[in-house]
Amino acid sequence: METTADRPRRRPLHPVNAFLVSATVTLFLGALLSDMAYFVSYQVQWTNFASWLIAAGLLFGGVVLVSAAAGLRHADRREGRYLLYGFFLLVAWAVGFINALIHAKDAWAVVPEGLILSAIVFSLAGVAAWLGLFNGRRGDVS
Amino acid sequence: MKRPALWAVAGLAGLLAACSNDANLSQEGPASVGPEPVLPEQQRGLLPSMNIASPAQWGEQRPTVPRGYVIAAIATDLRIPRQSLVLPNGDILVAEGKGGGAPKLTPKDVIAGYIKAQGNSTVKGGDRLTLLRDGNNDGIYENRSVFAENLNAPYGLALIGNQLYVANQDALVRFDYTEGQTRAIAAPVKVTDLPSQINHHWTKALTASADGRFLYVGIGSNSNITERGMIAEVDRAMVWQVDVQTGAHKPYATGLRNPTALAVQPGTGQLWAVVNERDELGPDVPPDYLTSVREGGFYGWPYSYWGQNVDPRVRPQDPQKVAAAIAPDYALGSHVAALGVAFSTPAMGGEFADGVFVGQRGSWNRDKPVGYKVVFVPFRDGRPAGAAVDFVSGFRGTDGKTRGRPVGVSVDPRGALIVADDLSNTLWRVTPAP
Repeated sequence: METTADRPRRRPLHPVNAFLVSATVTLFLGALLSDMAYFVSYQVQWTNFASWLIAAGLLFGGVVLVSAAAGLRHADRREGRYLLYGFFLLVAWAVGFINALIHAKDAWAVVPEGLILSAIVFSLAGVAAWLGLFNGRRGDVS
Repeated sequence: MKRPALWAVAGLAGLLAACSNDANLSQEGPASVGPEPVLPEQQRGLLPSMNIASPAQWGEQRPTVPRGYVIAAIATDLRIPRQSLVLPNGDILVAEGKGGGAPKLTPKDVIAGYIKAQGNSTVKGGDRLTLLRDGNNDGIYENRSVFAENLNAPYGLALIGNQLYVANQDALVRFDYTEGQTRAIAAPVKVTDLPSQINHHWTKALTASADGRFLYVGIGSNSNITERGMIAEVDRAMVWQVDVQTGAHKPYATGLRNPTALAVQPGTGQLWAVVNERDELGPDVPPDYLTSVREGGFYGWPYSYWGQNVDPRVRPQDPQKVAAAIAPDYALGSHVAALGVAFSTPAMGGEFADGVFVGQRGSWNRDKPVGYKVVFVPFRDGRPAGAAVDFVSGFRGTDGKTRGRPVGVSVDPRGALIVADDLSNTLWRVTPAP
């Protein structure tokens, strides 16, 4: 049993999951940076990069989302922080999907909605990763 | 405990609502046909509107023609016929081929490419010219031969004297031709290279000036609206004038997004073009058009359409170019995909004697399909005058199935309209009823 004398220990994310959620955040960050580069340069290759990075973020994020849903089979995960983690993952993925559709517009039609959504998606994914990876006890990562 | 789950449900519902809003409102036919089209506001939903043709066989059915005219298939089982040319002795040359192959740069290119392919023929392009002959003038083209093969997506055709010019997707070439010949006797000679990098819009339209000194080549843009970058648009979206003797070229007119067919007006020698306009600005804007082409004229692409209507998707913008943009002569309707134009002849008879025929391959990025027919734009005093009327229709049946897609058109001076159909791979011939 995963309990200690003083308080219940939260089951940590599996390392593969930790990798995937980190990758998702990084991919969405890459999309945001690419959108910013397009915004200041008018060079369309940046918005092409953003499109692919968003698609990859959705792919990785989708796997994380499915595995988060599967994690709900553990009773100790049906509580606030884990549910919040799942919620942020879900919203990040959904907004990311809309962002992918926005990025399917041609040339400057992506701006500004794509840039704004990329920032929101990155933030949401970042919060999700924080909730998923931080076990509540700094300096004592188990 | 329950609250995050509730929020998740509420959030998802909101997102779904966002997905389904603003899906295309205007579903009427093209209100934008004629010299002064109505140009609605630009609109683009989260998903672009699409309605891809669902192909079916003709069976016993035939395209519809006006009372007093008959239609017959004079060649079937072609390999993507696009343009045709009626030779002086009545023989018909057909260019068969399918070019392009621009690299897919975004997830959208991959997905949209697959979807659009569903509405096309699966036959491989022939990369050849087929010659058809009606030896005894009974309207049946009983002789069929391959005039030339191993070409590279041939499209535009023009004859000047005893030289036959063919616009491949990468080069303008010429064959020696003598009347009655059914097969080229030698490999083609290159006149000049044509812009072929990427080749997003690969078709190279072709026609000869009235005096035979020049050829005009229509070269489409390398993108819908600059999404492959401005550098990709060098020497694109324009009509070249090529000196027949030297092969030297100059831009004759620019800003023509995709000039898919060219024709020189009998009598005046004026060059005309049909041009396909940009996508994803709305179901009824901007219209594809028919226009006389002015030497040195700029027609807007990419900065604006139909004169000074700015396209906000282009960066950097160019207000000076916008101010200089010429509004075309005659709107054909948005997304009809005009791919053929030919001047009529008195032998076509009656109300179809003076004007142009325009082949419209039909829309794909519009909820309610338009085009899928050949229209006749009547002329008076050398200018378009009056409403376009259907001349060949029924390519898209009332059952929603598409049996053919009309593209290049040419007029036989003896009184026949030749229509290439690149879905059923048929060449149709429409004549006044005997």
